[in-house]
Amino acid sequence: MQVLESRQVVREVSSPEGTLTIVADVSFGVERGESLAIVGPSGSGKSTLLAMLAGLDLPTRGTVLLNGVDLSTLDEDGRARLRAGHVGFVFQSFHLVPALTALENVMLPLELAGSERATERAREALERVGLAPRARHYPRQLSGGEQQRVAIARALVARPDVLFADEPTGNLDSVTGARIADLLFDLNREFGTTLVLVTHEIALARRCGRMLTLDAGRLVADTRVAA
Amino acid sequence: MKRLLRYAFVAFARDARSGELAVLFGALVVAVAALTAVGFFTSRISQAIRLQAAEVLAADLRLESGRAPADAYVAEARARGLAVARLTSFPSVVYAGPTSQLATVLAADGAYPLRGALRIADVPYGPGRPAIGSPRPGEAWADSRLLARLAVPVGGTLQVGALALRVTAVLDYRPDQGSGLADLAPTVLIAAADLAPSRLLGPGSRATWIVLFAGPADAVAAFEAWLRPRKSAAERLVDAGESSEQMKSATERSGRFLNLAALVTVMLAAVAVAMAARRYASRRLDLVALLKSLGASQGFVLGVTAIELALVALAGAAVGTLLGFGAETGLAWLVRSLLKGVLPAPSLTPAWLGLGTAIIMLAGFALPPLLELRRVPPARVLRHDLAPPPLRYGAPYVAAALALALLLYALVRDPRLVGYAVGGLAVSALVLGVAGLGLVRATGALRGGAGLAWRYGLANVARRGRESVVQVVAVGLSLTVLLLLAIVRNDLLDEWQRSLPAGAPNHFLINIPPAEADSLRAYLVQHGVAEPVLSPWVRARLVSVNGQPMQARMPKSDRGRAFAEREQNLSWSATLPPDNRVVDGAWWTSPDAAHPQVSVATEFQEELGLKVGDQLGFDVAGESVVATIANVRKVRWDGFRPNFFLLFAPGVLDASTGTYMTSVHLDAAQRPALAGLVREHPSVTVVDVESLLAEVRSIMDRAAVAVEYVFGFTLVAGLAVLFAAIQSTRDERRYESAILRTLGASRRTVLYGVAAEFTALGLLSGVLAASAASAIGWLVATRLFGLHYSFDPVVWLGGMCGGALLVGVAGTLATRSVVETSPALSLREG
Ligand SMILES: Nc1ncnc2c1ncn2[C@@H]1O[C@H](COP(=O)(O)OP(=O)(O)OP(=O)(O)O)[C@@H](O)[C@H]1O
Ligand SMILES: [Mg+2]
Repeated sequence: MQVLESRQVVREVSSPEGTLTIVADVSFGVERGESLAIVGPSGSGKSTLLAMLAGLDLPTRGTVLLNGVDLSTLDEDGRARLRAGHVGFVFQSFHLVPALTALENVMLPLELAGSERATERAREALERVGLAPRARHYPRQLSGGEQQRVAIARALVARPDVLFADEPTGNLDSVTGARIADLLFDLNREFGTTLVLVTHEIALARRCGRMLTLDAGRLVADTRVAA
Repeated sequence: MKRLLRYAFVAFARDARSGELAVLFGALVVAVAALTAVGFFTSRISQAIRLQAAEVLAADLRLESGRAPADAYVAEARARGLAVARLTSFPSVVYAGPTSQLATVLAADGAYPLRGALRIADVPYGPGRPAIGSPRPGEAWADSRLLARLAVPVGGTLQVGALALRVTAVLDYRPDQGSGLADLAPTVLIAAADLAPSRLLGPGSRATWIVLFAGPADAVAAFEAWLRPRKSAAERLVDAGESSEQMKSATERSGRFLNLAALVTVMLAAVAVAMAARRYASRRLDLVALLKSLGASQGFVLGVTAIELALVALAGAAVGTLLGFGAETGLAWLVRSLLKGVLPAPSLTPAWLGLGTAIIMLAGFALPPLLELRRVPPARVLRHDLAPPPLRYGAPYVAAALALALLLYALVRDPRLVGYAVGGLAVSALVLGVAGLGLVRATGALRGGAGLAWRYGLANVARRGRESVVQVVAVGLSLTVLLLLAIVRNDLLDEWQRSLPAGAPNHFLINIPPAEADSLRAYLVQHGVAEPVLSPWVRARLVSVNGQPMQARMPKSDRGRAFAEREQNLSWSATLPPDNRVVDGAWWTSPDAAHPQVSVATEFQEELGLKVGDQLGFDVAGESVVATIANVRKVRWDGFRPNFFLLFAPGVLDASTGTYMTSVHLDAAQRPALAGLVREHPSVTVVDVESLLAEVRSIMDRAAVAVEYVFGFTLVAGLAVLFAAIQSTRDERRYESAILRTLGASRRTVLYGVAAEFTALGLLSGVLAASAASAIGWLVATRLFGLHYSFDPVVWLGGMCGGALLVGVAGTLATRSVVETSPALSLREG
């Protein structure tokens, strides 16, 4: 079964100049364990599409199925519950809670989902990204790359089915960015997590098994990359 | 649930640690502290003032009757733990050898007086000192006038009925001697045990039996409630509230000054709470969006918010109450001489009140914006500009304002005061809001003209629209309140205290025969007293209203009955006397003796249910006079000049004028001259109101100290609002200034822009605040305090310059750090 499916998804917003179509009629499916890159010029609707795939936002028309569940049939709390169990996020600007330590940040999704052994599991996840010694540090005491590794640990700690990443390396230098990318793909392989990432960087996109190209909200190419 | 609680506690601890809650918490603490400190200090002061008022009765409660009152009253009072004293008062001729004088004999038991103290002197009109106890059997204390008339020295003998009593002291002052001008005969105080042996009181004697009660306020009130329905109509019950017009007037006014200050402080703190909550909510937008993207439900966000607020409320109430209690205790210590040992009732009320205030304020003013957090779109984690739908909290704010008004009313119990204060501030808020909107529009249109800094600053005012309006309202309200209190503190209190200058009259001279008016005047001037103004003085009884005899329309209240049954002191005047203000009808300009006109004081008019145009029938020394009510006067009784419930137009009573009266100021050195005066003018009665004057002055002083103190709290509350208002746009500014500086704007340009923006806000708020404060000040002065109010240009200048300067400088300083941070850092932190 496909873990993620987008059927004729359209997103419109109203603006002073009339209705604007940001994402137009996008359909595709993603297999479990696949890694998918969404590329395209700035403003082409990548982040908007990602938000709809993750259930952060709803399409104006069309359907998004996550694990076979039609997201538009769920209310906001239903989608939140689905996210808590099945979705992880990594953002361009990390979005760690500044007042929480690295460990507490990683514990957050487990606590929200009411999982057992939150502290232990969070510690393991931090260890996996190589930051166990920094568990008690606050985000501002960490470098950008370290913050992003904490964010990755947080995204994966609940063993989600799909990991969404919006420009995960966008705020990092190329060396650090490459390390972060390595980590993402390692984990993708290790846990069989489906990876959906939005990126500008063609090099990063090429490391994915598949590449969707958006232009002005339309899906213009769906390329499979030979492993 | 456990998870929710745990997270909420963690979040609370975290927010508390990181200072996110500081402004909200601070505003709450100020509100609670102000309410508890001010509320309890006020109640303590008013308790002290009440005690002082009680001195005028020599008791908390006084029962007067033409017959010996039932012993059951005394038994009941004793059972309730009240102190009781009995007095019997009757007229009798007192002899000293061949000379005699009509006197009021006052037989008192050892407990008299229950409130206040007797003062005695060694020679007539000599300096007084506190007395210990009261006359023992065989002794008499006689007042100066009696001894001066009879030429009896201390140590001499007075014949009182069948007894020869030794005069052991001059009775200089007794607390209940009153200024009622009714006790015409001089007093001789004797022991109750001498009453029977004197054989003065036989059946049918004309005497007044008086029972005095005193005790804790609650017990007295309960006893009064018990006694009032049981006593007969002939028994007159007087409590401290109606002791003397002067005291009543002063007590009421001082209470109002205090309450007004307390009210506006609490309202200001509410504004601060609302502002702080807005900022707190806006600071949490990102966090909530993140939590939601990580799978938090709306209920979770709501629950966490509610629990966090509850914790803030608890902590704020606890700290605020402690602080308030501490401040109250400290102040009580500072003014301990004024409080005369009135201790706060040890109770949990302050804690409940504090918690209640905290909950109302947070639920009403902080919860609405925080509730909106539930609606933050989770996609905000990807697109920072996605805000929740605009806040709509008109209804909750109105509800909260109402709840607050009720709370304040419960504390103050003065509907007119609460009405004026709440209404005045509500109207001010509205005007400020409209003006703020106007400013936003105007600056939007204006931005083409000025230099870069101003253009950027003004553009910001316009662009931030909603936020700018909120800032104008908040800053404007806090300036309004501060200016209003400045008006109250400086102008109104001064004006009130000025009404009793050092040379205010402290003696009334009554019963001056017209033939002796000139010689008396000359005598006084000769002894260095300022030439007195003599008012005609007539005693008359009200017999009918609109032709209906008084018996047919007897008022229910004791006071009304006294007006209807007793002889009244009247006067006549061509001009409206000072301290009087016409509140209904018009003062006469060319009165016509053929159509007699009378002017009544509001107290008289209210108790008897009169209106302008009513016909009052009087019995003036056996002659019947019918006069039409031409106007109703509000009298300021605490001015200590002769004032009358009833004033006639000239021409009506001129023929009936038996005597004149006047009030003069006599210092201690001039007082002995009174002995000569009463010898030369034997019919003249001197009523000493020096003690009463001192009491009223001390009430004023207490009110002044207390208002001063409350002002401190208001200042803190005002600064909290200002701070919260400035902070509210800080985050946005950080981002903007980073962008501007990245674009190459110098630090200085950005800072000037910020200064321009805040100065414009401060100027507008200041001008509006000065208008609002003047308007409310005028309303409060004339309507509530009966004081004259003159517009004060200093308030305007202060409002304008102070507003612009304070807000401009404070805003710029507060934003400075934001402008100084490196743009890269600001942008990275988003
Ligand atoms: N809620 C909205 N209201 C108005 N316009 C929107 C909204 N959401 C997205 N847009 C617009 O839709 C377009 C696509 O935005 P989106 O953020 O999806 O682009 P993107 O491909 O992620 O671009 P970038 O690579 O720069 O991040 C942009 O022009 C954006 O301004
Ligand atoms: Mg994007």
